[in-house]
Amino acid sequence: MDLYATELMGAEAWDSQGHFVGRVREFFVEPAAAPNRVSHFLLSRGRFQPLVARHDQVASVEPGIIRLSVSERLLEAYQPNEGWLAVQKDLMDQQIIDTSGRKVVRVNDVELSPIKSNGHVELRLVQVDVGLQGAVRRLLQGLPSALIRKLQLSLPQASIRWEFVNLIESDPLRRVKLRITHEKLEDLHPADLAEMMEQLSAAERQSIIASLDEETAAAVLAELDHRLTTQIVENLDPEKAADILEEMAPDAAADLLAELPKETSDELLEEMPGQEAEEVRELLEFDPGTAGGMMNPEFVFVGEKSKRDEVLAWIRKQDLNLDQLDTIVLLDELAQYSGSVSVARLVLADPEQLMRELRTEPLLSVDPQARDKEVFELFDKYNLRSLTVVDQENRPVGTVTVDDVVSRLLK
Amino acid sequence: MWDKAQLEARWTGWSERLDRFKKAIRPFQRRILLFLSVVGPGLIVSNVDNDAGGIYTYAQSGAQYGYMVLWSLIPMTILLYVSLEMCSRMGAVTGKGLSDLIREEFGFRVTFFLMALVLIINLGNVMAEFTGVAYAMDVFGVSKFISVPLAALLVWVLVVKGTAARVEKIFLTVCVVYLSYVVSAVLAKPEWLIAALYLLPPQLVRLIPEMKPIIHAPPLNAAYFLILAGLVGTTIAPWQHFYLQAAVVEKKVGPRQYPHTRNDVAVGSISCMVIVFFIIVCTAATLYAAGIHDIDNAKTAAVALKPLAGKWASALFAVGLLNASLFAASILPLSTSYVVCEAMGFESGIDRKPREAKIFYALYTALIVIGAALILVLPSSWQNGILLLSQVGNEFLLLPIMVVILLLVNRRDLMGEYVNSKGFNWVAWISTAVLIGLTCLLLYTGIASAFKPAGQ
Repeated sequence: MDLYATELMGAEAWDSQGHFVGRVREFFVEPAAAPNRVSHFLLSRGRFQPLVARHDQVASVEPGIIRLSVSERLLEAYQPNEGWLAVQKDLMDQQIIDTSGRKVVRVNDVELSPIKSNGHVELRLVQVDVGLQGAVRRLLQGLPSALIRKLQLSLPQASIRWEFVNLIESDPLRRVKLRITHEKLEDLHPADLAEMMEQLSAAERQSIIASLDEETAAAVLAELDHRLTTQIVENLDPEKAADILEEMAPDAAADLLAELPKETSDELLEEMPGQEAEEVRELLEFDPGTAGGMMNPEFVFVGEKSKRDEVLAWIRKQDLNLDQLDTIVLLDELAQYSGSVSVARLVLADPEQLMRELRTEPLLSVDPQARDKEVFELFDKYNLRSLTVVDQENRPVGTVTVDDVVSRLLK
Repeated sequence: MWDKAQLEARWTGWSERLDRFKKAIRPFQRRILLFLSVVGPGLIVSNVDNDAGGIYTYAQSGAQYGYMVLWSLIPMTILLYVSLEMCSRMGAVTGKGLSDLIREEFGFRVTFFLMALVLIINLGNVMAEFTGVAYAMDVFGVSKFISVPLAALLVWVLVVKGTAARVEKIFLTVCVVYLSYVVSAVLAKPEWLIAALYLLPPQLVRLIPEMKPIIHAPPLNAAYFLILAGLVGTTIAPWQHFYLQAAVVEKKVGPRQYPHTRNDVAVGSISCMVIVFFIIVCTAATLYAAGIHDIDNAKTAAVALKPLAGKWASALFAVGLLNASLFAASILPLSTSYVVCEAMGFESGIDRKPREAKIFYALYTALIVIGAALILVLPSSWQNGILLLSQVGNEFLLLPIMVVILLLVNRRDLMGEYVNSKGFNWVAWISTAVLIGLTCLLLYTGIASAFKPAGQ
């Protein structure tokens, strides 16, 4: 039968000789040894020093009572250990991330499953309770557990399996000791992760961003509310912040840096590699309310006289973000803008067809000083997915894509 | 005549200059925008403060005791600023709501009982708002059986349809009506010097022999302490703290923008108390001076505005009261459901579908429906009691809330360098001690007068 943490807190502990040892005040998981096994029980004895029972010293566990397989004399005195996860203190009432439901939830209770192995009983964390059942158990904690179990039968159950629980710890040292990784978070969609992070405290957000890989962190920052983004970047280690900025699209990085105090943004640009920093610097020169301030200076371009197959072969070799690629910019011999080709046309074209023949009509472009309103109107009128920005010599300098337009319109 | 080239040269010159100017003011633009984006919660909180229960309590205290309650305004301003500042600071530093912090640091049971209290006391406040609606519409001859259900429906739809934020601005604008109290107070020609003297505790001022004939001391009985507790409870309502901290978190104020928010809270606290000062002076100079010591309906309360509005006084008062009641009624049930659901870990938020956040919507609806229904069911003679006692309830709840806030804000693991300074802590704990003292006095005198044999 599964047990609840509420039924164990305050449970009486008796040793192998039938002596009363103390009451369970807390129990711990030692993630370094086993990720979900209850490794130690803290037994308090009033004014005496509290003792600790190890998992292999427990003979049986029932609601309200624990029997040890050893005598009291063999128990060690309690020493606080940063590497132990305290169920009552670190888990109960705290927020966790439910990676299967993609939500931030609060823990009401913890469900444990006893497993018998050579003469002793081990408890394993099975799931955390986040629903009404756990709330009722917490409220009535101390009453006979048979009564509580009967009462909660009619209540809806809401629990999360332990393997989907992602703990949040803001102290980086403690996080390492508790072996908390955020690998599971890296598999989530950055937009989901960003939404969850908005519900956490500043320190917790900071800790999660700091522990994600740079690519995920960059994607999450691009999705977060810009007021939070600046707070996070300001508090990051500059080297790490620069690494993350480097992974971001230059236009997103420029938007972010524009919100920071001058000294901070200069420092971060110093840390970034030359070419990326240069692109971002150029973007920062533009007024955010113009096409130049919206555009991404990284875009895919090919010569207008290349053949369809050559282009495909070239694209295969490049390290491009294929999910975002839907338009290819064409250049003529003078490196001037001569049109753009949608990827769909490219796919359906004959192998020998020239790119010039696949161009989208009419030929549209804007200059970097064009106001954002003008850009929005062009997108609306011609149902564009992307629009090329050209300089005075008609050379393409960047593209504005439909997602830039949507996020500007929502601001 | 200009030729084309010259014109063009001129034109580019000007547009370059314009661009340079734009670039130069960009940092300032950003700073002003930043200020405007953080300013607001403090002002809103302090304005919502003058809701139905508030207006009634201020007017009643002025009518019943004249200037003799004015001395409480200065300590109340301090307490208001101190407690709201702590909450906004906690919101900015931790990025968490007050109820979240209570749950994480004090565990489930403490949170549960505190939330149960919040729910009951806030239901009382919702009832007070609907009483305000009933009073205001009564002036225009509309029965409460029509006005209260309509108001409840209006508030419910406003919030659930998500239009509340836009309507909030209208409510906030109509709050300018309170300024009519300032004008009316001036026109009523009160004795300003005497009123100013009453800003100090009268018992102390009377220690100066020359002051004895001019300054009267209030009777220290249960009725007086009840009004004082009501004043404290309405000015420093517990729910404002939850609301303010949530608003600071919602606006993503961080430690860097925090100084703006602190100014906002200070401006809000002081402007709120200035209005309260004028409301009390105004009612004292009109109602108390005319020997009207009990406000039993909106028409009596409106007498205070006669010096300004003459025969339109009732209508002016009714519009102000209706606005204040609806404003608070659209914020209070919503903020209460947020607070309770977040503390208990239930899904919450207007952006969630009712199916996803059942308890949140159920609580929100129940607060409005029960609050409005009770006003319809209970006899009208109870309405004044509801208005005052809901505010006294606030004062009782304020005690545990203040203690909890103080314990949380001094936690270094939560607040880091932003814990209270020593001086701030002194002020805050002394204010809390005074609050406890006031509550004890109220309970003591209340019980003593209840047991006093009749006729004595």
